Amino acid sequence: MEIGLSHYLIISALLFSLGLYGVISRKHAVMVLMGLELILNAANINFVAFARFGGMNMDGQVAAVFVIILAAAEAAVALAILLNIYQHFKHVNLDEVDQMKE
Amino acid sequence: MTHDTLLTLSVFVLLTPLLSFMINIFFGNKLGRLSGVVGTTILGIDLLMAALIAFSKLVTYGGEHIIQTRFEWFSPGSYAISVGYGIDNIAAIMLMVVTLISFLVHLFSTIYMEGDRRYPKFYAYLGLFTFSMLGIVMANNFLMMYIFWELVGISSYLLIGFWYEKDSASNAGKKAFITNRIGDLGFFAGIMILFMTYGSFMFEDIFAGIASGTLPFNNPTMLTLAGIGIFMGAMGKSAQWPLHVWLPDAMEGPTPVSALIHAATMVAAGVYLVAKVFWMFTADALTFIAIIGTITAFVSATIAITQVDFKKVLAYSTVSQLGFMIMSLGTGGYTNGFFHLVTHAWFKAALFLAAGSVIHAMHHAMHHMHDHHSDPQDINNMGGLRKTMPWTYRTFLFVTLALAGIPLTSGFLSKDGILAGTLAWAKLTGGWHWIVPVMAFTAAGMTAFYMFRLTIVAFHGEPKTKIAGHTHENPVRIVLPLVVLSVLSVWFFYSPNPIDASVGWFHARVVQPETAVPAAYQWEFLIQDHQAAPAENHGSHHALNALQEETHHYHYLAMFLSLLIAGTGIALAFAIYQYKLISADALEKRFKKLHTFSYNKWYFDELYHATVIALMLAVSKAMAWFDSVVVDGIVNLSAGLATVAGKVTGLFDHVVVDGAVNLTARVTGFFGSRLRKLQTGNIQFYVVMLLLGVILLFYFFV
Repeated sequence: MEIGLSHYLIISALLFSLGLYGVISRKHAVMVLMGLELILNAANINFVAFARFGGMNMDGQVAAVFVIILAAAEAAVALAILLNIYQHFKHVNLDEVDQMKE
Repeated sequence: MTHDTLLTLSVFVLLTPLLSFMINIFFGNKLGRLSGVVGTTILGIDLLMAALIAFSKLVTYGGEHIIQTRFEWFSPGSYAISVGYGIDNIAAIMLMVVTLISFLVHLFSTIYMEGDRRYPKFYAYLGLFTFSMLGIVMANNFLMMYIFWELVGISSYLLIGFWYEKDSASNAGKKAFITNRIGDLGFFAGIMILFMTYGSFMFEDIFAGIASGTLPFNNPTMLTLAGIGIFMGAMGKSAQWPLHVWLPDAMEGPTPVSALIHAATMVAAGVYLVAKVFWMFTADALTFIAIIGTITAFVSATIAITQVDFKKVLAYSTVSQLGFMIMSLGTGGYTNGFFHLVTHAWFKAALFLAAGSVIHAMHHAMHHMHDHHSDPQDINNMGGLRKTMPWTYRTFLFVTLALAGIPLTSGFLSKDGILAGTLAWAKLTGGWHWIVPVMAFTAAGMTAFYMFRLTIVAFHGEPKTKIAGHTHENPVRIVLPLVVLSVLSVWFFYSPNPIDASVGWFHARVVQPETAVPAAYQWEFLIQDHQAAPAENHGSHHALNALQEETHHYHYLAMFLSLLIAGTGIALAFAIYQYKLISADALEKRFKKLHTFSYNKWYFDELYHATVIALMLAVSKAMAWFDSVVVDGIVNLSAGLATVAGKVTGLFDHVVVDGAVNLTARVTGFFGSRLRKLQTGNIQFYVVMLLLGVILLFYFFV
């Protein structure tokens, strides 16, 4: 059986679902961030797969590299926010970080 | 003197009295006593210039109708309003009359008004008056005529009410002004009728228009109405019945003013106007003028008989004589009417100045005797002044003879002409018109009677009061004007023949203008007969038309009749007041009702009070009621309605509009408070919702 586009897409969908599940269900903010990383990487796999099988030359790979850079920057900013949240609340439990709603 | 020089000089004549006004009104308080000298000097210069113009016009250019100029003043729309000024023969003569009398009055007043609080102002007003009067004289168009007409009105108002601290004086001023307004309304209407048709205010344009056959609104009645309207202006100024009531009251002004305005010049303006526009009167308008003049002459003569106030007698005599002039013009006697205006100006000014002299002397005597209650103008307080004031008496007697129409005086020449003219007119028109000469002759007789009554009661006999005994002759500055004016009432200034004026220069220079009215609407006998004129030449006598021819025939009859009647009047006056052959008191008792009627001036003032003034008051009361009840009611009602409406809209705003807004706010708030439950602030909840949304989208669209 030859590995085709659909296999990559299935992997990507599984990865996306896992990431989404992580983002929704985890209470700890770092875990949510990790779920986000999974979602981003699922998208990366899609980009690369479509680039390889969709005849889009190197555009997909370039987009994927951008996403990786974006993810790194996002992680840095997000972690900095988390540190501030921690300093303020002495924890990073997202359920209890809801002061802004009032 | 060329035409241009003459016109330039006449501008100076016009403006010089205005200079006197300016100086005295602005610097009067600084000048003080000097203002009289300044005013008199300026008027003296004015008199010299006027004499030069009159001489030049009458001698050098006597044959020319008018020397005039015109220029465009302004042009509203397609009209061009022209004005101008001009000197014709009657204007030249009037220039002399106005400036000479004004000068003498200025001179007279330096003593008469001495010590008055508003002495400089008096001279200022005299200057303004002289200016306005000269303006009327020089105007050659209706517009300027009307402007100066009103200026004369205002300056006479100022002068009559000069002693405005007295209620009677300020009321007399108002009465004169308002009565004149009524006449001026007609004047204005007349001018407008002509302006509507001919599009010009210039006399020459209008008369040329009428002569060319163009009638106002194509209707001969409108031409008659225009003539009557313009004559109404003359009725006001010249105090013709029924607008004569202001003139006797105007005696409240200082006596020199009475001489200047109410005898010689202002009242002459009306007659002058009628003479100036004589061309345009139709037969009907002329008849109207003649009737008014006759009624005036007769009515005021009957009133003058019983008056006891020195100046009132003279005032009614003035009204009567003005009636004579108007009557003469109305009967077509142009030359004689204007002639009487001039001769009357001299001797009536003399009479009034003599009255001023007497009153001045009486005042002094009263002052001397510390009497402040007697009336210095009541002739029953006088008597015997012949001895104490000889010069005043002599001049007064002479001008009284002139007024009575005794030969060798100017008054005889002019009055005789008028009376002959009325006879001729009555004969040519016939019928009830004979009433005119009958009333005219009666009035002439009464004139002689009341003037001699005045002379005898005031000057002859023994002094009736101590005051009269203590009077003294006045200084030369008062007597000189009297003498000058009396001398001017001698016949030879006007005609070499003492019983026939038609051979004199006056009749040669003041020639009846050819009528401009189409023959169909004019008396046949006023139309100039070009073929017949040379043939009818009697020596130096020129008959221009049938009326003049007829007048000439009646000359001797009129002379004998008037002499007879005047002689009877004088004899009666002597019999009653000098020799007491007939008791005046008994006569008064016998004709009690007639006497009261005349003494109360035919109750004209009362009549006007009961009719016109009462009507005016009733109308104004009704207006006031209308104002306070209806107009105020409407205003208050609308205010009330507005308040109610305001309250209603206020309530609407409060309940409905505010309610709607608040309801919106509440509804929004309600939903907001429900919906904000969704905003948990929990990011994971949002993500779940997002997921659900995506799933839903998939469900519906994929």
